[in-house]
Amino acid sequence: MGVDNPLGDNIITTSLDALVNWSRKSSIWPMTFGLACCAIEMMATGASHNDLDRFGIIFRASPRQSDCIIIAGTVTKKMLPVIKTVYEQMPEPKWVIAMGACACSGGVFDTYSVVQGIDEALPVDVYIPGCPPRPEALLFGLMKLQDKIMKEKNSFGSAIGLGNRITSAA
Amino acid sequence: MATTEKMTLNMGPQHPSTHGVLRLVLELDGEVITKITPDIGYLHRGVEKLSEHRTYHQVLPLTDRLDYLAPMSNNLGYILAVEKLLDIEVPERAQVIRIIMAEMTRLESHLVWLACHALDIGAMTVFIYAFREREVIMETYEQISGARMTSNFFRAGGLSMDVPPEFEKKVRTFVDEMPGYLDTYEGLLTTNPIWLKRTVGNGVISAEDAIDIGITGPALRGSGVDWDMRRDNSYSGYDTYQFQVPVGKNCDTFDRYKVRLVEMREACKIIRQALDRLKPGPVLADCPQVCYPPKENVYNSIEGLIHHFKIASEGYPVPEGEVYQGVEAPKGELGFYIVSDGSSKPYRMRIRPPSFVNLQAIEKMAKGAMIADLVAVIGTLDIVLGEIDR
Repeated sequence: MGVDNPLGDNIITTSLDALVNWSRKSSIWPMTFGLACCAIEMMATGASHNDLDRFGIIFRASPRQSDCIIIAGTVTKKMLPVIKTVYEQMPEPKWVIAMGACACSGGVFDTYSVVQGIDEALPVDVYIPGCPPRPEALLFGLMKLQDKIMKEKNSFGSAIGLGNRITSAA
Repeated sequence: MATTEKMTLNMGPQHPSTHGVLRLVLELDGEVITKITPDIGYLHRGVEKLSEHRTYHQVLPLTDRLDYLAPMSNNLGYILAVEKLLDIEVPERAQVIRIIMAEMTRLESHLVWLACHALDIGAMTVFIYAFREREVIMETYEQISGARMTSNFFRAGGLSMDVPPEFEKKVRTFVDEMPGYLDTYEGLLTTNPIWLKRTVGNGVISAEDAIDIGITGPALRGSGVDWDMRRDNSYSGYDTYQFQVPVGKNCDTFDRYKVRLVEMREACKIIRQALDRLKPGPVLADCPQVCYPPKENVYNSIEGLIHHFKIASEGYPVPEGEVYQGVEAPKGELGFYIVSDGSSKPYRMRIRPPSFVNLQAIEKMAKGAMIADLVAVIGTLDIVLGEIDR
């Protein structure tokens, strides 16, 4: 349509934000941070049957290398400061997934020792209900997080120090 | 002459190889461990206290979440304790299905143990294989109870519902294939020089020490003590099944590994025997004070609906008394001690978790070893923090 295309199909045009968002959503590296029962389902999701690797999701053992933390299990009052420390050690940009009823709301454990939802301390991006959620549910939650990442604005600008990332609900 | 100071190192609660939120405070002389202090409680959910405010029926889902690698074993231990208090007879079919599921649970728990233990030591392939087989067990769980992990399937007096017709075939196919899978794992590990270097002679604990500490389960049998609750203090009709209790000789991590692998083969044998005994029949005792009515009664008659409503809202009263019931869970002796004051809620429930007691051995097993050996010791103890902290 009047546009000269001297390089054929070998180039694509996109915005820098979309490029940054695309690369971020295609390589979500979560922390190996299991707390309770949900951690086993998280492992099952990462293992052979469901295979998180195909989403570019590779578990990292260090918060310094991670950009997503999956709160998989019951958060107790004794554990909360540790989680906060780990979260603070993660570099920006970072996302939080509350996996399971305990991380979302305390679940069945409405007791003296259990934090009634990790959103009391961390900014949660995706809540996944279930006790524990099926691996498919975790996959769906991660895909929702990918959608959310794709909608972020000023991702490139914030990366080179111009303003902040603008996030919106997925 | 240069001297070195001792160093204190925190291992956990956030550590990739501490199996949950275990924290170990290590005192190190170079890389050699001179003292280990476990710090637990990072997953304390107050289950024992919570159960005092739940009816006997409502406590059951809490037991699922104790040892979340073996939910049905926990269900079984709790339900047997309640049944002992109630003194009710369980139908034959329910007993057989309970044994099938308890042994499937043993397979599941040991598979996750093998996966994590091997992964910690560096053999990643086993993890991938073991989780493939675990998925089949999870499908069976889902088929009969609707949930993959937190099954909540057993009831005082039997089971929540009968198993679907395809259950028997699925389980039989699985236990027929399982020994072949076990051969695969053994092929990857048993003669692997790296595996041998890491496990033989690691985490040695003598039989006397093991008994003194109160270790149970495969960790005890690895030290050569021939003790299995299924055989020596039988429940649910385990005494009518033929199975071997494997014991180790050298008291080390490798022997415990061998014991668990043989246990998995024996579990397959028990399941096969149980499947042969599976005859049609009721799965819930005829005891209307305790057991829910069949669903068709609830939907079609007002008496059935009232019956259901009464049990669901008030629970069932349990005679006064106290009871202890231990079962051979995959990790060792899991005991439930319940005190009843005659109401429909436990006055006090105390859980004797095998992982908590087994963890006490960690200092004996890993003192004087290197940090990397400690990782193998944590793996071989097969602890679950949900059960330790409760």
